[in-house]
Amino acid sequence: MGTLELARLQFASTTIFHYFFVPMSIGLALIIAIMQTIYVVKGDDMYKRMTKFFGTLFLINFAVGVVTGILQEFQFGMNWSTYSRFVGDVFGPSLAIEGLLAFFMESTFIGIWVFGWNRLPKKVHLLSIWLVSIGTILSSFWILSANAFMQHPVGYEIADGRAQMTSIGEILTNGHLWVQFPHVLFAAFATGAFLIAGVSAWKIARKHDVEMFKKSFKISIIVATVSALFVSMFGHQQAQYLVESQPMKLAAAEALWNTSEDPAPFTLIANIDTEAKENSHDIQIPGLLSLFSFNKFSGQLEGMNQIQAEYEAKYGPGDYIPPVKTVFWSFRMMVFSGMAMLLLGLYGWYASRKDILEKNPLFTKLMVYAISLPFIANTFGWIMTEMGRQPWVVFGVMQTEDAVSPSVTFNEVLFSFVSFTLLYAILAGITIYLFVKHIKKKDHQEETSKEIDDPFDVSEEEAAPHVT
Amino acid sequence: MSLNELWFLLIAVLFVGFFILEGFDFGVGTVAKFLGKDEAEKRVYIGTIGPFWDANEVWLITAGGAMFAAFPHWYATMFSGFYIPLVFMLLALIVRGVSFEFRERVNNQKWRNLWDWAMFIGSALPPILWGVVLANFMTGMPIDGDKEMVGGFLQFLHPFALLGGVMFLLLCIVHGLQFITIRTEGELQERARKVAKKIAPITLIALLAFVGIGWWKTDIFTYHSTYWILLPIGAWVALLLASIFNVKKSDIWAFTFTSITIGLLIASIFIGMFPRVMISSFGEAFDLTIQNAASGAYTLKVMSYFSLTLLPFVLGYQVWSYYVFRKRLKKDDELGY
Repeated sequence: MGTLELARLQFASTTIFHYFFVPMSIGLALIIAIMQTIYVVKGDDMYKRMTKFFGTLFLINFAVGVVTGILQEFQFGMNWSTYSRFVGDVFGPSLAIEGLLAFFMESTFIGIWVFGWNRLPKKVHLLSIWLVSIGTILSSFWILSANAFMQHPVGYEIADGRAQMTSIGEILTNGHLWVQFPHVLFAAFATGAFLIAGVSAWKIARKHDVEMFKKSFKISIIVATVSALFVSMFGHQQAQYLVESQPMKLAAAEALWNTSEDPAPFTLIANIDTEAKENSHDIQIPGLLSLFSFNKFSGQLEGMNQIQAEYEAKYGPGDYIPPVKTVFWSFRMMVFSGMAMLLLGLYGWYASRKDILEKNPLFTKLMVYAISLPFIANTFGWIMTEMGRQPWVVFGVMQTEDAVSPSVTFNEVLFSFVSFTLLYAILAGITIYLFVKHIKKKDHQEETSKEIDDPFDVSEEEAAPHVT
Repeated sequence: MSLNELWFLLIAVLFVGFFILEGFDFGVGTVAKFLGKDEAEKRVYIGTIGPFWDANEVWLITAGGAMFAAFPHWYATMFSGFYIPLVFMLLALIVRGVSFEFRERVNNQKWRNLWDWAMFIGSALPPILWGVVLANFMTGMPIDGDKEMVGGFLQFLHPFALLGGVMFLLLCIVHGLQFITIRTEGELQERARKVAKKIAPITLIALLAFVGIGWWKTDIFTYHSTYWILLPIGAWVALLLASIFNVKKSDIWAFTFTSITIGLLIASIFIGMFPRVMISSFGEAFDLTIQNAASGAYTLKVMSYFSLTLLPFVLGYQVWSYYVFRKRLKKDDELGY
């Protein structure tokens, strides 16, 4: 293993870890904002307890997301300096605007939200959690505008050996961005929603504060189901977009070595032989891939061998086929998890409406395990997206092997990789421990009814005149 | 002013803002563990920065993003060049960031001690490392014709850099203590004043030495003309005034002047670098400048529109958040989440 492989491994592991927390924050912020809105509108204290109970999970999660995010921004420069020099013009602005527009908003208003319960008028305090939620959404838009450029570069020209921006309009209207952003955003909503639904189901099964957790289950299962539906819808659109923009990734996701017949069959599972560049066995459903790709039962899809030949003609000799097995199986893991989420969501919504959750211990148990589904789908979705783009770091423009920092040594990357992996493993353990501890606690009623969660302990009446 | 100059200015402003704001919460994080005699006191001290530290850190993240966007070569050379110091900085910022949240979550003294140590190390190490980095900004670094820094990380740890590290840690501690004096009252406040009084002399000496050696060994303080030496001298005088005001219990003034000290010191370094962004010890031809390290004109223009539109809002709500939490903290306040 060389510096390049190690730097890639570090990027993959730190990003996957960071991305456990990011969608959770985005989803939890939204649902907590919804809960608190109900509290403010109805004035029912139960919703305040609910907001605070899940708020604690949100804050633990947010903290880990923030600190692991600093590394994300730094490691482009640290491990990928050649990449940073080459694309800074186009890629940097997204990061800078993300900081200026989103991070400042999230971090300032989360401070106000945490410490402002008794310090601010109710509606202003409610506004602060909504601004946190909007901040997380804006953040995902801007970082995805950077990723969309790597998948489908637009709005730039190569000048003086660097990619230079020619149109911010084109970058922000990148077709890839507008199928990827909603897909990722709704997946994030679903992640938070399944966490809340799973925790609520567990609480209902344990008979802790059943009335409240039935309500939180209901709120979250609606968000979960609607989100899962949108995720699959936009996922479908994204796959169709790939037919044109990254046919190699799509072919790899289907393990389609040679151009398909017309109509193209969908490969359910396959035994992939990357040496012989063929599948020794597979199970296929006729016509389905054409339907997925073109919304009709006709149309061919190009195979990897044919695309490879085209790319060699276009980009020069080289291996343009991504790791097929990884892409193929990641795609399936993502899709199957997503489908399971949709089914569970639909049934959960029904069960919640019929008020039969308590009578259904199998289902509530299933919902606890289902907390993991969005994480599986998110992770494999990103693995498919990023591995499927290989060998490119910016598709058609720069290869990953040319992107690494030339001045950084193997030992330096090794030191950094080992340190961060160890620290992240510890953080993961602690986060899970704190989550479980908080969820298992029975007396959260007492904890949150103390009303003195504020270090700037003043009553609302006293505070209000100053801030209005 | 050209856009390249504007962006240099904006990045300098972001760093000045970062060091003034995060400077005091580095300081508070460093002293909280030792200043608080029991759990209740520690929580007050930590509570003084509770609502703010996260947003303060975003100044750094935004500065990094702005460097990436406006001067990709500056970002790439600096971040890959200071590789090992940055690994330590990140490790410190990570354990520090979670310590605020984690320490409150388990009601157990050993657990809290663990995270108090994490907060201490995570708060003390970054100012030391920043001091080292700033000193190396001043002396110049071995940057070759490919804009790459060469030679490994031990070369960064020369005596002047180590002095920079110690000086900057002390400065952050004094600044943090003054912040405590404006955020607390009674005995807790008095204790911070006393400690600030005690370490003020050594901080003054360290800053004087840093400015003196910086003047003697580098061109930073006098690059544009000799008069610019007034900036770092002004930083020192401000620190002197701060310690006088501290003794006189004019806390607001003391804090104002430690802020001015940090502001002037950082400003003087950035001004002295200008129009260079990274000075090469191999000679002027290898310097990174606001011209040869910059993005294209179009990117700078787009970024200017975005930033100049957004910045007033950001500053507005940050100021507002300090206003919301302006009340001083007492020991019997119920703290935490």
